[in-house]
Amino acid sequence: MLSRTADSLYWMGRYTERAGNIARGMQVALRMAGLGESLGADPDGPEDEWHSLLVAAGAEPGFREHHQAVTGEAVIRWLALDPRNGASIANCIEAARGNGRAVRTALTVDMWEALNDTWREMRLLAPTATEPDRLPGFLDWVRARAHLFNGAAADTMLRDEGWLFVHLGVMLERADNTARLLDSKHRALSGPDSEGAVAYAQWQALLRSVSALRSFQWLYHTRLRPDLVAELLVMRQELPRSLISCHARVQRVLEGIATATGGRRGDPQRIAGEIQDRLTRGHMPDILAEGLHDWLTAQIDRNIELGHAIHALYLDR
Amino acid sequence: MTEIGRAFDEMHEDGAVRPAYAGIAAWLQAHGLEALASKRAEAEALFRRVGITFAVYGEGGDPERLIPFDVIPRILARSEWNRLSLGLTQRVKALNMFMADVYGKQEILAAGLIPRALVLENEAYCPQMQGFRPPGGIYSHISGIDLVRTDANDFYVLEDNCRTPSGVSYMLENREAMLRLFPSLCSSHRLAPVSHYAEDLLETLKDAAPPNCKGEPSVAILTPGHFNSAYYEHCFLADEMGVEVVEGADLFVQDDIVFMRTTAGPKRVDVLYRRVDDDYLDPKVFRADSMLGVPGIFAAYRAGNVTLANAPGAGIADDKAIYPFVPEMIRFYLGETPLLQNVPTFLCEREEDRAYVLANIADLVVKLARGSGGYGMLIGPHSTAEQRAEFTRRILERPADYIAQPTLALSTVPCLAGEEIAPRHVDLRPYVLTGKEVRIVPGGLTRVALRAGSLVVNSSQGGGTKDTWVVEDGPTRSQSQSQSQSGGGMQSQSQSQSQSGG
Repeated sequence: MLSRTADSLYWMGRYTERAGNIARGMQVALRMAGLGESLGADPDGPEDEWHSLLVAAGAEPGFREHHQAVTGEAVIRWLALDPRNGASIANCIEAARGNGRAVRTALTVDMWEALNDTWREMRLLAPTATEPDRLPGFLDWVRARAHLFNGAAADTMLRDEGWLFVHLGVMLERADNTARLLDSKHRALSGPDSEGAVAYAQWQALLRSVSALRSFQWLYHTRLRPDLVAELLVMRQELPRSLISCHARVQRVLEGIATATGGRRGDPQRIAGEIQDRLTRGHMPDILAEGLHDWLTAQIDRNIELGHAIHALYLDR
Repeated sequence: MTEIGRAFDEMHEDGAVRPAYAGIAAWLQAHGLEALASKRAEAEALFRRVGITFAVYGEGGDPERLIPFDVIPRILARSEWNRLSLGLTQRVKALNMFMADVYGKQEILAAGLIPRALVLENEAYCPQMQGFRPPGGIYSHISGIDLVRTDANDFYVLEDNCRTPSGVSYMLENREAMLRLFPSLCSSHRLAPVSHYAEDLLETLKDAAPPNCKGEPSVAILTPGHFNSAYYEHCFLADEMGVEVVEGADLFVQDDIVFMRTTAGPKRVDVLYRRVDDDYLDPKVFRADSMLGVPGIFAAYRAGNVTLANAPGAGIADDKAIYPFVPEMIRFYLGETPLLQNVPTFLCEREEDRAYVLANIADLVVKLARGSGGYGMLIGPHSTAEQRAEFTRRILERPADYIAQPTLALSTVPCLAGEEIAPRHVDLRPYVLTGKEVRIVPGGLTRVALRAGSLVVNSSQGGGTKDTWVVEDGPTRSQSQSQSQSGGGMQSQSQSQSQSGG
């Protein structure tokens, strides 16, 4: 497969997943902002919520360049629509479709239609998407479109290199997102702020954002506990958006790519193996004792390193 | 001469429906305008969904536009097509022999049949090709020959396209759309299939494998990229053939061998169907500022390690100033009488011709000798006095840039124009593939001037397309069939499936 084609497929997967993840993050923040006062949290609480969302999305520096203050309204516009934010939902959809269009023939008709219809509808929705009454519906729509794309890919794509690169992009992006999301809530999961009504609401929102609130109950049959929430999102194989699940897929996909490209292996396989090792051997009580934030920061850095290695071996021209 | 009423109507003759159109006539009568209009909307939705769009340069608005598709097919009888097909084969053979000659021994110039300067000083002549003979002596592997019809028996070649003729994807997609929208109408005609075009194209490209290619040739399409107006077509053809579509940056040359950059490392390429213009192919040989090309690819070509299809310099054969000499080429190289007619052409650089053109400019079509896409054209009978004055000035200023031809009464076929069915002028571009043999898919692309009375069919100038049907002669089964079929879809389904699969 052409490196350029693989690059486009990989980024198409990443951007589609990213659009859905930004929507998930915004839903959490919206929920927290809505609950803020009733929980008796400090009045700056909601703004804090939006700030941590910006940090989780890696969008803070860009936002600061154009805004004086972090307000809900400004963050919502920035993350959903702002053309100046390369990672806004609108730009992710544009980029996913642009990548898909550049390798149109590597996609099935179903995948292309999912991408193209999303892009067309996005243009129609954009003018009103961030109105308070419309925003929740819009965010649901974004998540649903990401599901549709993933479903179209999973159900129709030939299981060759093309599929592997799309899937690699989706899984790496998802792993990255779960790590960032967790990190943005690390204070509610360990340390002095990890109890009380506000923390409880944070755990709930966090689980909801990865569609895992019910899953928690099914697995643990207990009230929410921060250490268990962290464990679920980091190292439970059963949860498809947990770090360990995503990285297991990344590792398997990279093995598949090595096989498909004549057995050539390199840094991507090595780094993916090391990450998976770290996750498998990890012990949540120890991680919490040593500091969740530091552990997650290291995790996010390794993700970035893995991304660079994938580029160097397969995608650069 | 150009009023629609006086042009040849391909559907009617002497007040009666011509036999090839009997099925269409019955069908048009059976289905109201409303039904047709709703099918037209369906077709548009279909094309947009599949993403068959073309880019229009610098006009603002929707950058991805659809070429209007007219749902009423244009029909040629098998006997008519067979005659055209022979003429096309003959013409393209002669054009290829002409190129082999002018880049080789130059016998036709020595014989004095074509002015030496007209060829050798032509912008389209590529001196870098001199003394090099591409595999099989073929320069134009894919040729698009634009034909117009003026009468029941008269077809003229309007121009030859030997460089990178586009539009074949519309020919294929139009047929798919018709099979999907009108299965019973299609199955009631004995319709020559076109869907094997991509297989023929791949065969043709493999036939062109360079001398140093051992084993199965690796073929790819070289595209300028997704900003090119025909990008959709490049991808479509690559997909249909199961080959890669590459950009210049996906390729590199090492030791005169061309490689693609792939996830598994470099992979050798043997044949490139290139849709990048000559000028941009290789910055080492042609335009140094080209970002679209591949440095060193021309040397790889001359070393026999890769074949470029079509060959650089193929434009000399479709130059409008060379066009008047094609019948001469056919006689010279093949010793045959030309089967297809040329439109009489005046070269403004010749004093005698120029005087005639300037005196009769109101009756003539004046074209840029090196223009394309319908730009820079004057249609005398439709022009204003200012436009004629402007062209007179331009001709006097740069006579060699202009040619002129009589205004032909292009034939018309019925179209769904707005809210009515009305005749519109059409042309026809068949695609001629030349490898070890000449292959032509029956029919071609019918382009239609959708504005009433307009003679300009180019998509950039408000033209649309139609499906082109070559139907077997003899009575069609349409009359009785179309009635029984509205109830029985089985037969039509199996037919349309076997055709699209074939």
